[in-house]
Amino acid sequence: MKVPSSRSLQTTIIFLVIGGILALALGGFFSSASNQFTSSLVDVQTWISSRYRGFQDFFTAPRDIVTLRTRNAELESQVSQLQAQVIELQQRVSETEILAALVDFSRSNPESTYKAAAVIGRDPSPFLDYIIINRGSNDDIRRGMPVVTNQGLVGRVDAVIADAARVQLITDPASVVNVRLQNAETDALLLGSVTGDISLDLISQNVTVEPGDLVLTSGLGGGYPPDLILGQAVTIRTLEYELFQQATVQPAVDFTRLEIVLVITNFRPVDITPLVPETTP
Amino acid sequence: MVQSAIVSQFSLLSGYADLILVLLAAWALQSRVTSAWQWAFLAGIFVGFLTHMPWPVVAAGYAIVVFMAQLLQQRVWQAPLLAMFGVTFLGTLITQFLAFAFLSLTGTSLDFGEVLGLIMLPSLLLNMLFAIPAYTLMRDLARWVYPSEETE
Repeated sequence: MKVPSSRSLQTTIIFLVIGGILALALGGFFSSASNQFTSSLVDVQTWISSRYRGFQDFFTAPRDIVTLRTRNAELESQVSQLQAQVIELQQRVSETEILAALVDFSRSNPESTYKAAAVIGRDPSPFLDYIIINRGSNDDIRRGMPVVTNQGLVGRVDAVIADAARVQLITDPASVVNVRLQNAETDALLLGSVTGDISLDLISQNVTVEPGDLVLTSGLGGGYPPDLILGQAVTIRTLEYELFQQATVQPAVDFTRLEIVLVITNFRPVDITPLVPETTP
Repeated sequence: MVQSAIVSQFSLLSGYADLILVLLAAWALQSRVTSAWQWAFLAGIFVGFLTHMPWPVVAAGYAIVVFMAQLLQQRVWQAPLLAMFGVTFLGTLITQFLAFAFLSLTGTSLDFGEVLGLIMLPSLLLNMLFAIPAYTLMRDLARWVYPSEETE
């Protein structure tokens, strides 16, 4: 019988050991050990990689910083431009909303023709309540034309040049508007004041005026078309020894926020002074 | 235009600052300036163009301001800021009173008590606030327009 050589016996034993280890590994008996081994391998790999990256950054950083700074400046410039655009667009949105409201108003009152105008200034004198609009005779604006917004009557055109006009507000101390109280069905006068408040005068003592009564233009005197909203009566002052009642009025229009107004261009004020009889002494 | 578009939008009670009056007073108080009268007249015309108030009323008010400025400048030359305050104070009251008188005479019903409390005094306060910056600005402008001659 042939005795196996020691060399082939060694080889056989090695194979058996390796095969056994593989079988155990495949069976999952070496999982914890292999996990620890692989995690340590990963740690070493990470350490080597980070050191290399640091070494690489050391030589490439100056170039990157300049690039980053340039890019940062460009982005900041773009942000500033975009912010300016956002502000401009917000203003346009606000103007568009105002114009949309005015278009709705003009559509609901088709009997009048309107010309929109922007308010570009106010009277420099604190005693007077006038605004300046950017439409004038070149746009068929004439003196005496009423000016409104979707909220109500603003005033009337007082003076006109080619590209601008001055509008007397109803809050001006010299402004007088013939009005009608809708519920009370009576006529009165609406007067402006130096404080910017408006009030009613010459209300007959025989009429009962309630707070909240709507004040509209009456059309009397030919200065304004009828049925334009002015505001609502707020407080009524009735004194028995006086000839007439007075009332304060909450205006329908916010005169501190006038931006865009409508000029009624198909209304011509009527001058009735020739019809007023002269009083002979 | 700045007065009409911007300054007139900011009111205290019912009063506004009159930037033109303050700048005119400051300009007239500069010792090197000789053109204050012309500027007062021009300012009166331009403001009269914008406002419903007749331009002679406005121009007369500004002319009085220039006159007071030149009078005080000769007498209070060592205290220019005091002169500036004095001209602003009196100039505001006089121009406002001129406007009140004109409107009252032409039929506008105005209560003097209301006008004083709601327009004149707030406008005065606002003008006084603008007085020092206006004086500083006009002083620098006068030095630039009329440089002093160097004498050897």
